[in-house]
Order: sequence, then structure tokens, then C-alpha cells
Amino acid sequence: MFIPHTIQDEQEMLHAIGVNSLEDLLQQIPADLRTCAFHLPQALTEQALSAHLRELASQNKSLKNFIGAGCYEHFIPAAVPALSSRGEFLTAYTPYQAEASQGTLQTIYEFQSCICALFDMDVATASHYDGATALAEAVLAAHRVTGLREIIISPLLHPHYQEVLKTYTQHSGVTLTYAKATAQGTLDVEALKMQVSDQTACVVLPNPNFLGYIEQAEAVSQIAHSCGALLVAVVNPISLGVLQTPGAYQADFAVAEGQVLGNPMNFGGPGLGILTAKKAYMRQLPGRMVGIAKDKQGRRAFVLTLQAREQHIRREKAASNICSNEAICALNAVIYLTLLGPQGLQEVAELNVERAHKLAEQIGQVSGFHVQQDSPFFNEFVVTCPRPAAEVIEKMAAKGFAAGYDLGENRLLVCATEMCTEADIKAYAQALGEI
Amino acid sequence: MEEILKHNELSIEKSRPGRRGVRFETTQKHAADYLPAAYLRRQKPNLPELSEFDTVRHFTRLSQLNYSLDAQFYPLGSCTMKYNPKAYDVLSVLPGFANAHPFAPQSAVQGTLKALYELQEGLKAITGLAAFTLQPAAGAHGELTGILTVRAYHDSRKDWDRTEVIVPDTAHGTNPATANMAGYTVVNIKSGADGCVDLQTLQAALSHKTAAVMLTVPNTVGLFEKNIRQIAEMVHKAGALLYMDGANFNALIGLAKPADFGVDVMHLNLHKTFAAPHGGGGPGSGPVGAAAHVAKFLPKPFVVCENGVYRLEADRAESIGKMKAFYGNAAVCLRGLCYLKQFDGKTLKTIAEKAILNANYVRAKLKGKFNAFFDTNCMHECVLSIDPHVMNGVHTSDVAKRLLDYGFYAPTIYFPLIVPEALMIEPTETESKEMLDAFVAALEKIYEEIQTEPDVVKAAPHTQCVERIDEVSAARQPNLRW
Repeated sequence: MFIPHTIQDEQEMLHAIGVNSLEDLLQQIPADLRTCAFHLPQALTEQALSAHLRELASQNKSLKNFIGAGCYEHFIPAAVPALSSRGEFLTAYTPYQAEASQGTLQTIYEFQSCICALFDMDVATASHYDGATALAEAVLAAHRVTGLREIIISPLLHPHYQEVLKTYTQHSGVTLTYAKATAQGTLDVEALKMQVSDQTACVVLPNPNFLGYIEQAEAVSQIAHSCGALLVAVVNPISLGVLQTPGAYQADFAVAEGQVLGNPMNFGGPGLGILTAKKAYMRQLPGRMVGIAKDKQGRRAFVLTLQAREQHIRREKAASNICSNEAICALNAVIYLTLLGPQGLQEVAELNVERAHKLAEQIGQVSGFHVQQDSPFFNEFVVTCPRPAAEVIEKMAAKGFAAGYDLGENRLLVCATEMCTEADIKAYAQALGEI
Repeated sequence: MEEILKHNELSIEKSRPGRRGVRFETTQKHAADYLPAAYLRRQKPNLPELSEFDTVRHFTRLSQLNYSLDAQFYPLGSCTMKYNPKAYDVLSVLPGFANAHPFAPQSAVQGTLKALYELQEGLKAITGLAAFTLQPAAGAHGELTGILTVRAYHDSRKDWDRTEVIVPDTAHGTNPATANMAGYTVVNIKSGADGCVDLQTLQAALSHKTAAVMLTVPNTVGLFEKNIRQIAEMVHKAGALLYMDGANFNALIGLAKPADFGVDVMHLNLHKTFAAPHGGGGPGSGPVGAAAHVAKFLPKPFVVCENGVYRLEADRAESIGKMKAFYGNAAVCLRGLCYLKQFDGKTLKTIAEKAILNANYVRAKLKGKFNAFFDTNCMHECVLSIDPHVMNGVHTSDVAKRLLDYGFYAPTIYFPLIVPEALMIEPTETESKEMLDAFVAALEKIYEEIQTEPDVVKAAPHTQCVERIDEVSAARQPNLRW
């Protein structure tokens, strides 16, 4: 189907090669390894394939989404996929031949620039697999920079990020230690003071944290720095439309899941790992980076740079084995940020704040449901239900709502983005009251 | 002609205060009314201010500065730049799939789970391996997953002495970097004169310290490891596992099953063999397969099916854990599934057969002007070597840049490292004979130029939006942002 050879082509090509049959070319593989049978269903035509995939897609139920927990539903302007799906972007490879890849290279440079501006950080890489792996890479970089082994992690870090961090660092010699949380759903700053020491490589601070609450990031930063440890912040890029930036509170590394910037949820993948740092750590960052160079005429041109850090040059001495990035997701993000600009980003962030607070207000009025709001939150917060959260989720699904993330027992993590209209929010609260 | 429209103006240089590309509903109150002032951003970010139309022009124009597979022949060795069917662009992002939240009730995502399950089963069928995880986001991510799985296997047997991973010098750079990331010492071994693993060298390197041998099959000089079965036996006899880097699986698909070679763990690249687009560098997907004795160590969760109901199974006590948040690059996996569905047991092998035919055709047609480093039939790619001493001082990089002028993307260059001035060509099965003939004609023309006007080749490219770039200048004082 995707193979254009006619019988005549094949004959002419075999003749040019100087063999009689395809079989002659396959002799390299021992014959006894080529006798196997492949049991696959009958091949589908494009039409049949389309029907099959549409049938599968229809088996996913469309619920009004109130789940966040690290993957968020946001409005994606039509121009984002229209531009990023152009074959010139989608079917190019990693920009190894810079002269014939200026388009991709410039978009990555603009991505790095927009991310640095949004985060108030000095440098950003061309992207990583997702927020969790970007965090793992940042923690390993902090370990290399400081030469220290102790990593102190907020217990309010996304549970998947905790697991990925454990997998990634298990053979690196670092030890993962958890800080304490307050009853208000934030990091216990006083306890942290007692925990950090001159053996601490870094403190990992999600902000907003997994429960949605905003941390006293400046205080945490000061505590980390007071004993020479680095601060690794994990942020939500959309929240930075209104919230204090990691640069402002002196984070040494700031990472994020960039899916929220113009990328659909796609069941959680692909994500967009954002990794930023202070300039001093530029050469410790793994992954691709694009910089400005000059061509023979002295004109501005874009290239992959600082490649001496990378696996294809350094092999086993490289900082990481990472090879690819998530270029199309980064492209979606930079198109999204270009369309929104500083004003649009602030607006969408404010909408998230307002809708989440309206949702909290509405849920608070439903008998038996209690909203935890001792700490400020961005677009997500904890609700204590009168019955197990799992049961609430199941009953709400029957009413057409994805009610939230099950935190265990009666606790439910609920999110409202700009995609939840005031009517949706009212309907959600009403449904909660009926179950 | 004087350039009036600047081809590479940055978006920030086109920015005009007050312009914008999208509006949102207005809020009733501001963030400051809901949140303490100390938590708020003080200054707006320096993002470009463009209209929607400005933005569309900007990125459309940038796209036109790229060479891409849709527009150009892209013979990048080891990258498998095969046609990316348009149907999958549509089917992989159907709203039902794109809007699925990873934490949605599992009853609401049965379609996605079933699709992932079908892909998992399909990959098992074509490799013969007992289990596949779809979690890794890329090939290198799959390698790390695989080697951590190997380590968990040895650890479970309390076989703590195994601290080394053997990597032949023909391996991808990611292989040694992966082994290092998993905490292993890398033992590099030299290939034999025939471009394959030398059994004696391998035997000398194997010991009770060996955890795994990482083998790329076919290897990066485009040759099948003809002694693969003996290699597997030797590796297993030493108590180690055989890891197969399946980045080059396009040469084997439908012809042979890695399980029959004795492979214990391997990764595949859906963005290579299974026709998912490369996207200028990602996202990819690097599923990892394992034989029965290693399967339980693969990352969690797994998609399982019970009585027609699909769910994620996270209760896997000996699993290495999670390799990324959520469950894998589902949107890329859907493309892989689409591709797999369009072949069956009979037609699958035509992929590999025609990929091998195309590579050998290019190799044979170029013989005499540009010669293969190993003068033998190859698999899906051929590796040529250029000797600047007999080519009027022209290097491989010059030939690569000159090919851009003739409308072709360049092959992979200077890789593998064991081939001097390597030019690695992988046409893939989706290129027609006419395209290969045109590519050969371009290289013949360049050969002629090398004899008559080598400086034209050395100064290439001449037709791109920029001339040759001084890449070193970028690293000296890095400018990585505006």
C-alpha cells in the first residue's frame, strides 16, 4: 500500500544489484530464522481502518471534565494544530542539517525564549519527554552540580513524579527524603528548616502542589539556599500567567509539564517536559538546545548547540541518554504562547482562578461536601466528601461528569479550568447534591 | 536581489504592543481579588504580541524553511524516514482519543485501553516476545527501561556482581549512555573485520560481571549479525541477558522474530518502523518487549483485558516502577496501531524486503564512485565511506551539504564512528525507483563536481535560506533565548 514497487521495478533493481531474487538478498539472515509465521488479523484498508478507529474512539465516553492532577483540559485555538500539523514540521527529522532545518530550529529557539520569559529563568532546553522525566533530569543535574546525595522532596509532589524520580535515580547514588506537609495542604516550612543540611543537594518544590495549593515558595527557597542546597521548582505554566515565577523566588531549576500549553490530553501522552535553569547550570543540562550562530555571510542562523554534553558525542560520559525531544508538542506550546501573548496568558490564568473559586463556592454549598481552602489555590483543590471518593466518582460518571481524582478515602481532588463554564459548574454542584 | 521581507525575523521582533491572537471571556474579578498579593506575578512575561494572522504567516513561513519527508527524499541512515500515512494524522487525534483524561474512570476510556491492548498484542506477535510495555516515550527512553529491567532481573536473583554492560563499537551513542544511566560500567568491544561482532572478542569480554550485551540488529553498518544465535548462547552461558536495540527493526519486520534469536529484552521505535512521523525530533514512542522470564520486571502499569473489559494493572510487585507520568505516548501508539492494522501475516514482510531492496539498489548503483565500507549485500541501509585524499579534499560533510542543493536531505554522516567519513543511507521501502535514480544521479553529479570544481562542493549549500553555518560560533557565547 505504501510500497511503490512494480514487478518491473523489482526486476530491474535486482538486476542492477546483480542478484536473481529478493531471496538472494535475504541470505544474510540464517534461513532457519526466516521460517516463522506471523499470526495477525487480516490487513485493513484505509476505509476499514478508519471505521475501526472511529469505533474505538466512540467507546471512550465524553464526560464533562473536572479532573486535573497533572493533565489539564484547556482551550486550544484552531491555529495551533493547523500550523503544527503541517507536513513540513511534522515529517522533518531532528534538525541535524541546520541549513535545511531553519524552520524547526527557529521554532525551538522561540520556544526556549517564550519559556524563559514565562518562567523568568535564564535557559530552557528544547524539551523532554514529560514533566516527570524533566524533574528526574533536573534532580540528577542538581546532584552533579553540588556533588551531594540527599534530595528532599515535598510529599505533595505528583505521585507519578515521585515514582518516576525513584525509578530514574535508583542507581545514581542519591537518596530521596520526604519533607512534611501541613494539615492545610502545603509544605511544612518550619519542619523543612530542621531537615535541610549541608548534605542536601536540592529541595523539590511543586508549586502549586499536587493538591492545587500555592506554596510559600520564597520562604522555601531561602531555607534551601541558606544551607547551600538548590531549589528545584515544579510549576504549572498556565499558572504563571498570574502566579509568582520560579525566577522571582530564585529557583535554580524549574521544570513543568507543558501539555497545558496548546496540547490535548491524549490520555496523558505525549507530554511536554519543560526544563529550565539558571545560567550557571547551562552546561549541566541534558537534552537539546538551539542557539544563534552565523552563516558564512554573517547572517543570523539557528543551530543545535552545546552538543558536547550529549550522548552522540560523549557516549557513556554524557549527562543523560536522551536523544529526541518532544518537538511537535513544543511547537504547539510556542504557537499557543505566540497567539495568547502576555495579555491572553494573564486572562486565561485569571479565568482558571475565577472558575476554580466559583466551583469551590458551589461545592461548599452542597450538603455534606467540604472544600479545603485554608491555603490559596490556583485551579484545583481538595474536597472532603460524605462518602468514599471512588463512589462519588462512579456516581458522577453516570451523570456525565468526570468528578475528580481519587485521593483515597473521602478525599477528592477537583479542578476547574476555563473549559468549565459557569453553567457546567452549577450543573456539577447540583449533580453532587443528587448522588 | 535585496531582501525586503526578512526570512528569519523572530516573532518577538514582529511584536507590536496591544496586538493579540486570541481573546478569552472576561472575568468578573482579578486574580488579586482571590489570591494574596505576595503570591502574584509582578511583571507580565516578554512574550510576542501578534495577531492570529501574523502568527499563521510566521509559522507557515518557518515551516517552508524546512526540508521534510513530505516534500523531499530524506535518506537519513538509522532514522527510517518512511512515509507517514495521512489517515493516521486524523485517526490518532479523533476527539474521543484526544480528550481522554489519563485519570478518567476506566469505564470512560475503554476505547483507548483497547487500542493500546491491540498494539501490545500485535507487537508480541511480530517479535515473538512474551510481553510489551508501551510506556517509554522514545527509543532512548525504551533503552533505559530495558536496561533497568535487566538490572531488576539480576537483582531479583541476588546476582549483585554484574556491574558491566558490553556494547559493540557499532552501537548508537544512546546505548553506552543508557548503560551508564542505569549505573553500569560500559565495556566497549571492537567489531570484526566483517563489520559484525567478533565472537572471540565478545567471549573475552564476557564474564560473571556481565549484566547484558546491547546489540543493535541489524547493526549500524547495515549488516545482520550473522552469528546472532551463537552470540545469544554465549551471553546466556555467561549468565547475562541479550538486549536488542530495535531501532533498525524495519529490516526484519515480517521476516524474523527476535525471540527466535534468543533476545531477552528489546525496544522498538514506533516513529521509525511503524510510520509515526518524527515531528522534527519527537514525540516518539519506544515500546519495550521482554521474554517470559524478564517480563514481570517491566514498568507498571500494564493494560490487561478480563472478560472484554480493559483496565490498567498496577499491582506488579517486581516491576521497576514508572518511567514517565501516566501511561505512555498514547497518541503515537495509536499511529503505530493504525500501521500494524494495515498489514497482515502475509504482507508484513514486504516492508523489510523492499527496504532491503532499496538500500542495496542505491549501494550497487553508486559503486565505483562512492563505495560501501563493507563491500557486501546490506540490509535496510548502506554505509559509504569517502576518502578526502582521493576526492580532492572533499569531506563527507561537504557532500551532505551539496545534496541539499540538489533537493535531497542529507544521509546520516560521521556515523557509525568505526567507518571513516561515513555516509549512511537508508532509503526505506516507501521510496520509488525513480526517486532512488534521481538521488543516485545527484550523487553522480556531485562526484563529477568533486573532480572538476571541488570548491563548489566545499562551499555548499548555495540554495538554502542561509549559507553554511559556523556551528562552533554558537557554542562559544551561547545565545539560547531573546
